[in-house]
This record gives sequence, C-alpha cells and structure tokens, in this order.
Amino acid sequence: MLIRLNNLLVKVFFIVFVIIISGSANSEEKKIEFIKNNWSFEGIFGTFNRASLQRGYQVYQEVCSGCHSIQHLSYRNLVEKGGPEFTLDEAKSIAEQFEILDGPNDDGEMFTRPRRLSDKFANPFPNVQTATAANGGAYPPDMSVLVKARKGEWNYIYSLLLGYEEVSAGYELDDGVYYNKYMPGNKIMMSQPLFEGAVEYADGTQATETQMAKDVTTFLTWAAEPHLEARHKMGFKVFIFLIILLTLVYFSKQKVWSRLDSKENSDQKDETFDKVERAVTEYEGEDPKTFK
Amino acid sequence: MSEEKYVPKSKLARWFDSRLPLLSLSHHLTEYPTPKNLNYWWTFGGILTFFLIAQIVTGIILAMHYVANTDLAFDSIEHIMRNVNYGWLIRYAHANGSSMFFLAVYIHIFRGLYYGSHKPPREMIWITGLIIYLLMMSTAFMGYTLPWGQMSFWAATVVSNLFGAIPLVGENITAWLWGGYSLGNPTLNRFYSLHYLFPFLIFALVVLHIWALHVPGNNNPIGIDVKKNRNETMSFHPYMVMKDLLAMLVFILIFLGFVFYAPNFLGHPDNYIPANPLVTPAHIVPEWYLLPFYAILRAIPSKLGGVIFMFASIFILVLLPWLDTSKVRSAVFRPLYKKFYWVLVVMVILLAYLGAKPPEGIYVILARIATAYYFIHFLIILPLLGRYEKTSPLPTSISDPVLDKLSIVDKFKKTAAEYEGENVDTFK
Repeated sequence: MLIRLNNLLVKVFFIVFVIIISGSANSEEKKIEFIKNNWSFEGIFGTFNRASLQRGYQVYQEVCSGCHSIQHLSYRNLVEKGGPEFTLDEAKSIAEQFEILDGPNDDGEMFTRPRRLSDKFANPFPNVQTATAANGGAYPPDMSVLVKARKGEWNYIYSLLLGYEEVSAGYELDDGVYYNKYMPGNKIMMSQPLFEGAVEYADGTQATETQMAKDVTTFLTWAAEPHLEARHKMGFKVFIFLIILLTLVYFSKQKVWSRLDSKENSDQKDETFDKVERAVTEYEGEDPKTFK
Repeated sequence: MSEEKYVPKSKLARWFDSRLPLLSLSHHLTEYPTPKNLNYWWTFGGILTFFLIAQIVTGIILAMHYVANTDLAFDSIEHIMRNVNYGWLIRYAHANGSSMFFLAVYIHIFRGLYYGSHKPPREMIWITGLIIYLLMMSTAFMGYTLPWGQMSFWAATVVSNLFGAIPLVGENITAWLWGGYSLGNPTLNRFYSLHYLFPFLIFALVVLHIWALHVPGNNNPIGIDVKKNRNETMSFHPYMVMKDLLAMLVFILIFLGFVFYAPNFLGHPDNYIPANPLVTPAHIVPEWYLLPFYAILRAIPSKLGGVIFMFASIFILVLLPWLDTSKVRSAVFRPLYKKFYWVLVVMVILLAYLGAKPPEGIYVILARIATAYYFIHFLIILPLLGRYEKTSPLPTSISDPVLDKLSIVDKFKKTAAEYEGENVDTFK
C-alpha cells in the first residue's frame, strides 16, 4: 500500500509540473521580445553616459516636452552628480528659457519670471484636462517615473520609440491612432516622435532614429532613478564590507563552536585518556604498567 | 526555568535586581538552553526579529517625510526618493524588507510544520505566531496602499470589497472601513494610522511568542524532548547567537542584493502610476506573498464562498495542533507525512503562481484542485496519518544520531596504524 501511495504521489507531482510548464508556455507566446541594446547603466557597476544624458535631455526638450511633463525633475538636478552634469551656467541658461508664474509680490500682484535652478521642469499644459483635450483624448503621461511604470522598463521605452510600423492590409485603425509593435494592444495615440535628423545634436553626433531613441531612453531612465549611480556605488561598498564581516563572523562562529566540542571532551577527558592509553597498550601488546 | 536561581554578584546589582529583575532576565536570555542539534532552519526566528526592527526603523524615518493625503501621497514618495538624503535607500529597504520579512516568515512557518513545532507542548507558540502572521499581512496590505499608485488603489479596492460579501451588513461594513462611499482620503489616513500602529502590536506579540517559547524550550530536528544537561543543550549565548548572526548576514546579503541591484523587481510597475479611480488596471494582483490566498479567493465560484475559504485557509492553521494528532513531532520519523508535506509545499507554490495568473481556463481548474488539496491536507490527511501512519523508531536522545561517528579510540587506532605502516616502509 505504501509503495502504491508513493507512486501516486510521484504521479501527482509530475502532472502538476507538466501543467505548470505547459501553462507558462502558453502565456509565453503573448510576450514580445524587446529590442536589445547594451545599456551602460545596467549591471553592478552601471553608470550613465554623460554625453548620452545631455543629448537625451536635448531630445526630450525638442521632441517630447511639447506634450510630456517631467514634474518631479528640477533644473538643479541637471547639475547634480550622477546626472547629465551640465555646468552650473549651462543649467541656469536652460532654466531661464522657461517662465513661471510667481507671486504674489508686495503689491499683491502675480508676475512671471524666468525659472531658476530650484524650480521644477516647465509643464507643457496647465493641467491634466487641458493635456488630454489637446491630445485627442489621450493624456500624455508624465515622464518622471515612466520608465519604472512600464513592464520592461528602459527596454520597453526604447523599443516603443522604434516600434512604429506600417499597418498590414486589413488592419483597421481610427484617425489619430497609430500602430506600434511594442505597445500593449498595438494601438497608440502618440504619432511616431523620432525621425532621422529630428534634432541637431550640439556635440555633432549624428541624429539617427536609434541614436535619439537610445539617448532619450537613457535620459528618462535617469529621470526616473536619479540616484542610480549612487545606489550602485554604495551597493558595491556595502557588499565588500558585508563579505569581510561574514568571513570574520564565520571564523568566530567556528572558533566559538569548537569550544563547545572541547568542553564536551574535557568533561570526559580523564575517561578518554584512559581509553586511549588502553588502546595504545592493546596495539603495542604491552602491559600498561611496564609501558615507558 | 529549571536552572539554579541567578544572584548578581555586587551589592548594588542585587539591590537593583530584587526591585526590577532585568539582570535576571538578561541572565536567563543568555543562559537559555538550546538543543545542540538545531540546524540552520532554526535561525529564521532571529532573522525575523532583525527584519521587524529594520522595518520599524526605516518606517519611522519614512513617516517623517510621507504625506497621507490622496493628492500628495504619490508625490511625497517621489520627494523621498529624490530629495531626502538617502531617501531612496530607506524606501527601497522598507519596500524590499517587507518581501524579505515574508520570505523569512514562510520559511519559519514551514520549518515548524516539517519538524512538528506546533505540537504539544508548543501550541501557544504556534498560535501567537499565527496572530503575528495575520497582523503582518494586514500591515503589509495597508502599507502597500500608502504610495497611492494604481496597484495600491485597486488592490485596496478589491480587498475592502471582500467585506461587501457578508450578507445583510456587508455594504455597511465596507462603507465603515472606507470612511465614506468609496476608497478615498479617509481610507488612506486610517490605513496610515494603523500601518504605524500594527508593527508595535506585532512587537508585543513577538515578546509573547518568545516567552511562550522559553517555557518548553526549543523543538529540534529530531523532535524528541531534550534533557537539559550539558551534553544535549548549550547556552543561547554565544553559541546560537553566533549561528544566528552568521545566517542573518547571509540573508541580509540577499536582501541588500535586491535593495541595491533590483529594487523594483518584486514590485509591480503599475504602482508607479498615480492612482486613478476611473482606470482599472488589466490585472489586479496583490504582492507576491499574498498570492496563494488570492488564488483561493478566486478559485471559489461565489464571492462569499471565496471570502469564507480564504479566511478559513488561515484559521485552519490555528486548529493544526489538534488536527495533526501524530505523537511523533519530526517529519524525519514520519515517512508518509514527509511526502504529504512536500505535496503541500508544491500546492502552496502552485497557488501563488495561479494567484498571479488571470482567473480563466486551466488556471481556475488548477486553483480549485490546489485549494481542495490544501483543505484535504489539513482536515483529512493529517488526522488519518495520526491514526494509521507507521512511524520509524525514535532515538532515545538527540545525541544518538551523532554517535555513529568514529569514536575517539577508533580514530586513534586508525592513525596509529597508518603511522606505523609508513614507518615500516620508509625507515626499516
């Protein structure tokens, strides 16, 4: 009976695993492989490429910022370590291009002034409703944490930017809706944003579609995770520290526990000594009394 | 405990200890006898204590910057992530800490199930542990609501709607929980308040849990009672302290691996989208550690039935000490129980997997099978095993299994023989 039950259990296990594997194989076919790219910020030592971040800011400013806000970034972030690291003057002049409503002043009047480093990034629209209305009923999402808010993160954003395709015959699309290979459901309200030469890079890099997609994705990843470099750096230090500590604790533990063994032995020390002596005697075949 | 009464050496200490016996307590805690054969599965109690304290400390710091308001909560979290010094570290440690806390508690619970730690005389340790686990789940659930992202909002909506399934008063109860007619600012505020309170209740229960543990003492992998003498037990400090510390550091290494290199791996991307009551996410899923219960909830075709089965799946564990009637504690000596135990483990993992899948087709059928097994395991298999299982003979003491090693005398004989043999070859 025991053996039969044993076999039954093995069968149950087997069936369950087969079903799980076939089940996950089914869902696998819905998954789309994102376009691969070597990102400098991936991995344990990953850091952002400064030039790419600066170019990425330019793409954001000239292409995306017409519709998309990044409300959690301030202009000062552009100067900070681990980011695009614009010089202070560069960042100041970037900020000054945008105005902000401030006040009230001493006369109780509201006034506009150029933005300062401490100000947030300028919003293209005053509120969500205006943004939605201006974009055919689809709100262009804020880009502050957009990379983290999508499955596939930066790979998804990069692929999406390059995923626009001609619709195959027979595929119906409404006005103002576009086909994108990587968008869930394939229908996207944003028209293809990047075209060859859409921006003219200040550093002379050729503005190909993939180059711009790569740069702006890098920029958006930084915008979502501005402390990524600090995190990677600290993580490495913490790991070195912990591994050293772990080694020390391991040997201390061994040492402490060996005391436990020796304590155990010392309790029986006399007894053991007698036993050993007897064993030696047996081996030598001599009487303990005459043993020298 | 049975040890000799502790008397402090100095007069001042005696004066103090006779009025507030803290010194006696600390003496008891350091000298507390633990079985010598505890394996590394026994280190998770210490790991859990570490995570409880880590969660409380990081949580208190986060509370200094967080704003519990539906309009400001999401932005205040981003403020913590960007502008607060090392805010990203504190928040990622808190978010991933909860996952690690649950990972450790599941290992801790399943260790108890395997070695029969829920059996007499340790029922109260088991039951206080389950109350802690319940409080942990509600704390984690409310904490997940606080960022007020899409998943926060919708997971909270789904869970609070469960109470609506209660006949007659259901609607009133949900409205009472929400503090209004929908999930909103009053709900967020009370969740925040309770999320701050519950960890301290957990802390108090942990004290009871350890107190209850110190009455009968630790169970052990062999599952038989230890004799409280030098040969079978050792003092908690420094032996278990060092072992716990070692295991804790390894676990912390895994935890920090997530914090520094994959901080969002265990979270859901949708929670970086601010809550929007008008847009429902495609799939609403709870955090991974609640998935088995979510699968049970959805496996039952009726809403009320699902809620009843979900709560029953936890409550049944309270009855476990009386359902598992076998006199033998450790699965080591229970050949059949050991197999059913692993089936249960697979079923619970399967339920977790199914909880993350949409409730359709084969997934629903599998979830029903796994749910059925879960209840059958506890309600039918365990009582039957207690009655009919033929257990292996138990050793008379925990040091028995160690004795099959070579005795010292044999070792000496062997070495001596080897030495002599060499001598013969080289010198003679």
